[in-house]
Amino acid sequence: MIRFAGLLDRLIFTPGRNAKVRILTDYFREAPDPERGWAVAAITRDLDIKTIKAGQIKQLVYTRVDGALFDMSHDYVGDLAEAAALIWPEKPGQNYVPTLTDAVETLNGVTRTEALEVVERWFDALDASGRWALIKLATGGLRIGVAARLVKVALAEYGGKPVQEIEELWHGLKPPYLSLFSWLEGGEKPASAAAAPFRPVMLSHPIEEADKPKIDLAEMSAEWKWDGIRVQAVREGDERRVYSRTGDDIGGAFPDILAAMPFDAAIDGELLVFDPHVRDRFAVRPFNDLQQRLNRKTVSQKMMKSHPAFIRAYDLLWLEGEDLRPLPFEERRARLEGLLLREHRASPDGDERFDLSEVVDLPDWDALATARANPPLDAIEGVMLKRRSSVYVPGRPKGEWWKWKREPFLVDAVMMYAQRGHGKRSSYYSDYTFGVWKDAENGRELVPVGKAYHGFTDEELRKIDKYVRDNTIARYGPVRSVRADEDKGLVLEIAFEGLGRSTRHKSGVAMRFPRVSRLRWDKPSREADTIETLEAMLPEEA
Amino acid sequence: MKPEALLHPTPAGLYCPPGDFYIDPVRPVDRAVVTHGHADHARSGHGAVLATPETLEIMATRYGEDFTERRQSAEIGEVVNLNGVALWLVPAGHVLGSAQAVVEHKGTRMVVTGDYKRRRDPTCAGFEPVPCDVLISEATFGLPVFRHPDTAGEVAKLLHSLEQFPERAHLVGAYALGKAQRIIRHLREQGYDETIYIHGAMQRLCDLYERLGVPLGPLAPATVKDGRGAKQDFEGKVVVCPPSAMGSTWARRFPDPVIAFASGWMRVRQRAKQKGVELPLIVSDHADWDELTDTVREVDPHQLWVTHGREDALVRWAEVEGRVARPLHLIGYEDEND
Repeated sequence: MIRFAGLLDRLIFTPGRNAKVRILTDYFREAPDPERGWAVAAITRDLDIKTIKAGQIKQLVYTRVDGALFDMSHDYVGDLAEAAALIWPEKPGQNYVPTLTDAVETLNGVTRTEALEVVERWFDALDASGRWALIKLATGGLRIGVAARLVKVALAEYGGKPVQEIEELWHGLKPPYLSLFSWLEGGEKPASAAAAPFRPVMLSHPIEEADKPKIDLAEMSAEWKWDGIRVQAVREGDERRVYSRTGDDIGGAFPDILAAMPFDAAIDGELLVFDPHVRDRFAVRPFNDLQQRLNRKTVSQKMMKSHPAFIRAYDLLWLEGEDLRPLPFEERRARLEGLLLREHRASPDGDERFDLSEVVDLPDWDALATARANPPLDAIEGVMLKRRSSVYVPGRPKGEWWKWKREPFLVDAVMMYAQRGHGKRSSYYSDYTFGVWKDAENGRELVPVGKAYHGFTDEELRKIDKYVRDNTIARYGPVRSVRADEDKGLVLEIAFEGLGRSTRHKSGVAMRFPRVSRLRWDKPSREADTIETLEAMLPEEA
Repeated sequence: MKPEALLHPTPAGLYCPPGDFYIDPVRPVDRAVVTHGHADHARSGHGAVLATPETLEIMATRYGEDFTERRQSAEIGEVVNLNGVALWLVPAGHVLGSAQAVVEHKGTRMVVTGDYKRRRDPTCAGFEPVPCDVLISEATFGLPVFRHPDTAGEVAKLLHSLEQFPERAHLVGAYALGKAQRIIRHLREQGYDETIYIHGAMQRLCDLYERLGVPLGPLAPATVKDGRGAKQDFEGKVVVCPPSAMGSTWARRFPDPVIAFASGWMRVRQRAKQKGVELPLIVSDHADWDELTDTVREVDPHQLWVTHGREDALVRWAEVEGRVARPLHLIGYEDEND
């Protein structure tokens, strides 16, 4: 438990991705089986113990500590688990110090009442970090800002294997992952055990001007690039899954899709939300509507009615026991069309949740450019080109698939606050909150509309940092308020991919992927854009 | 005599009317007794300053030789008569030269701890408990969540990180007086004998510590020499700097630094997060909760007065213990500094 707690402490405070990977691989090297496997499961949240409720921890602390002192401490620290872990009067040397393995194996096999007694004994033996980790583990509240994907990258790095191989195996593996670690350390590769496994995704390259002469359009097939999230829907017998493009199982949030998978197949496609009032076809809603359904573990009936999801199919990877990935794209595509047609015929009135991403006839660069600039729907974010002969391979093979996204939206905004970055940027003000003008009682005021922390060069960052330091009007911890009024302010040209309505932001809008596209040192702050300009960019209302 | 007549809080600091002196005054006064050299306790511009020889040297180093009109050096244990009031200094274990002030008059003895700690510090003499009628204690970490772990274990975290990230500079934020030298001493004790780089603001205090008999091993200024590749000179090195320098432009000379911070406040995760600290080192020059309460029990005064910090919790604890306790609410001490 002490070693695991030390790992969590390092991961929580370390901002750099590479540094996190190194901390994880060093841990895998040091920790024995099955502890390291349990640690992986705890971090990827594949381990849900939840034997104890937070309230019980509080009651437990009250039995050992003056309640008034605990309340003062809880107030000061903020987090209950942390306050409890810190205040517990430990008795070092009096008890056996549990390992993570002890904790997991014991807590999984006891009742709630027993669990509390065990935890109380362990509290005496552990240090504050260990108690904190134990509370988070036992109450199911372990969130440390490390994505499952990063753990898989670290595992791949540890074993010198491609991360795709780990993603492909992942859903057939169970904690504590003994067979996985054995393979990573030179043993035999575990057999792919899962039904309906994830198949690592094939990705495309963005088209730059210089790429165009290299692309022979006669060999390519064009489709719209839909603005949803890339998913893989897989059914094999009774096993049904929806995976994100990094192999996370997101099916729990999409029971409407899971219920409408009549085939034994693995379909690569775009997850989108449709307008429930349009019955004869899927009328695709903008990304903001899909956003409502993302990052949830479960979904309400109401949400499924108002924001029904479907998958627009791009590709067919596996069908009724046959791996189609070695086939050329056009053959896979023909099989996909046949499958969807068959299922459609089989259920004329059924609740279908799959359709086909149509092939668009865009024979030359002019036609492509026009389609890209003026797509027929808000939910289209560009065009895709796929070589008809391309086999399906994980990653981004050169020259096979291309994406040509529409130009980003642009707006001129004024920097309002700047925050110091992390890691390499910890001495630079590198995260900027920017605003646009809005009419107020006494003239105009800036209303914040977003935050950006990339898009500039190191040289530009040095200049902005100096500007922030020279024009600070107030400081709040790591944040500086920068002078921004009609007469003075730094105008940033902000590029972003889309705009949605938001009740959580004062401005009422939220940007997707905002970044600084240009520094407008030349532009007077009063000439920056207004909130009306932004509102005009919102997609039409449902 | 009543203790309030011997020492009581005023806006300028704790005042002793019969002796006509202040202890750690926050404003310029005629006669000051200074417990230790930290800026919020030791200010310049007093008529006279009584302190240990080390504290007087520290003040002269920080403020210049004319920091006061008259210096009065008092060795540890040397009883000084101030207008009939007996005063002597006893080690507090906080930083080099730090002392508790013992004030005795007409059969009443009061002890002002100043800032103190109980655990071992290789750079200064350890705290000595003095029996008394009234103990006036600090309470910077006066909440039971503050239990500073073993210092060697925290320093080992730094050494482990140096092994794990040999290509990154390790920037250790530490207060320039006391904490910086203590961290350096602990590193030396744990076998680290490479050159340690220090921020310019620490040079004179480190020199003073060396001169006063605290060996710090090879130190070098953390300056970039002219020419190329200088940045790489700091790969895998320890650089000690004041906390304020960690987020300054000065910090940019180092390759992808690991930001470490040695402070008792690092016990609370949110504090470390807010400051952008990657490697929190819980090392404090103040007593933690157990040290505070153990000291009160050991000294066992008739009354406990609590000065700066989280007075309420310590007073609450004392009352539950059946002790007479009151908060003094002294102002002007920056309890963020540790």
